[in-house]
Amino acid sequence: MDTAGNLIKTVRVRKIKSYVMLSIATVTAIYGVLWLLWILLDVFFNGFKSLSFSLFINDPAPPGVEGGGLRHAFVGHFIITSLATIMGIPIGIGAGIYFAEYGRHSTFVKFLRNITDVMVSFPSIVIGTLVYAVMVKPVGHFMGISGSVALALLMIPVVAITTDEILKLVPNSLREAGYALGARRWQVIKDISLSAARRGILTGVILGIARITGETAPLLFTAFNNNYLTLDPTQPMASLTVTIFQYAMGPYEVWHGQAWASALILTFGTLMFFILAKFVIRRK
Amino acid sequence: MNEPQRSLKILVRNFNFYYGKFHALKDINLEIGENKITAVIGPSGCGKTTLLRSFNRMHDLYPGNRYEGEIILYPDGINIIGRDVDPILVRMRIGMVFQKPNPFPKSIFENVAYGLRLKGIKSKSELEGRVEEALRSAALWEEVRDRLKENAYSLSGGQQQRLCIARAIAPQPEVLLFDEPTSALDPISTAKIEDLVVQLKEKLTIVIVTHNMQQAARISDYTAFMYMGELVEFGPTERMFTKPSNKLTEDYITGRFG
Repeated sequence: MDTAGNLIKTVRVRKIKSYVMLSIATVTAIYGVLWLLWILLDVFFNGFKSLSFSLFINDPAPPGVEGGGLRHAFVGHFIITSLATIMGIPIGIGAGIYFAEYGRHSTFVKFLRNITDVMVSFPSIVIGTLVYAVMVKPVGHFMGISGSVALALLMIPVVAITTDEILKLVPNSLREAGYALGARRWQVIKDISLSAARRGILTGVILGIARITGETAPLLFTAFNNNYLTLDPTQPMASLTVTIFQYAMGPYEVWHGQAWASALILTFGTLMFFILAKFVIRRK
Repeated sequence: MNEPQRSLKILVRNFNFYYGKFHALKDINLEIGENKITAVIGPSGCGKTTLLRSFNRMHDLYPGNRYEGEIILYPDGINIIGRDVDPILVRMRIGMVFQKPNPFPKSIFENVAYGLRLKGIKSKSELEGRVEEALRSAALWEEVRDRLKENAYSLSGGQQQRLCIARAIAPQPEVLLFDEPTSALDPISTAKIEDLVVQLKEKLTIVIVTHNMQQAARISDYTAFMYMGELVEFGPTERMFTKPSNKLTEDYITGRFG
């Protein structure tokens, strides 16, 4: 009887402890999400007010003139990000494949992998400065393409690390099955490892793109800004992020509104991209 | 050495194997007969899987491994572990089925077709014919004929293992290595795989590593007993299980250790 009574007591104490811990965890989760929601709602309501069709189809008008837009920044942002993706994704995936498939037992790769880990959290403005020094300074003027290079450099480690991690999750027994049939190494990588890991690698690509779409700092010294529409990546080019920065700091009420609207587009654009990509990956 | 008999498929001569500094296989001498089932038994860590994986040079995939001696593959008499022999060519002639079913994350058809594609077969009709033939030989055709495009993971564990056998036999290897192929399966699936192994010896030579002594006794023609990296005894299965000449073999077979 006595031991049964003790057992009930112990269980009750454990239950209470469990409730307390669960409550703490819930409160911290709510605390975190609350701020995020606040930011999203703030961006949504402020941005929505200034959202108009002319924002997308018109270039900036002088302050005081009605109907100005940010077409130049939307187009510029798209060009810069796309070029960065084209440059960054293949190199990132290639590096990840090298780390996971070729360099599994090599200390050199261990060293490279550590450097890549550090590069993921590298201050992006430093990368902007580097590209300024090696690309912008020698040419003599800011260029959209140098912004893409800076963004690609930011993207490569993210994609490389995810590719590496995902490939390491592919069970070795699958590779051995391929080798046992007489496949060569590159055939095993191409037909088995990459095929088994393709969803994970696509997720890495999305993470990489998400990493760079919101960047401002690396563009300041590289793509800089442009008040006019340009499709030429060797010219200074406007981007949404830099434009938001410029407009939000500017003296005009209209600019502030347009900055809010751009922030809204950027935030929800990224969100939509994420959702769409997840959907596509799941269907594959 | 005399001219080998017609029935000899693999001759292992003074074979040693090292994982780095660890001497895993010591002076192994073994003859594997053509169209026979040779079982390799022994307690965990005795080196039976290491020996099996030497036959198709799987150890080449990891650094620090070293072979010594000869493993001769007939009829042409090449030394499997010779430095000048391309492991790819060895693996195309000697297939392998692993302990756990490990189908590729592809369709059932593509799993079986992969080895054929590696051999350069591109014609769709030839691929289809040979995939069907392999699946029939693996006693799986009737179960999967209407779902060849489905992912291989939709099959049960036993079916997956038979798919792996179909995959291994599709390129028509001369020898098939089995590494404890039923240890992850239920008794019914195990019985199916055993029947299959026995049928397959009509077409090729089989070496099977097994933990299960009854399995070795049921299906094999010859049995090799290994202990601590050495080949203790080798002979016809019937004699090995009734009149083993070595005390260690007898103790192991009667379940006194291992």
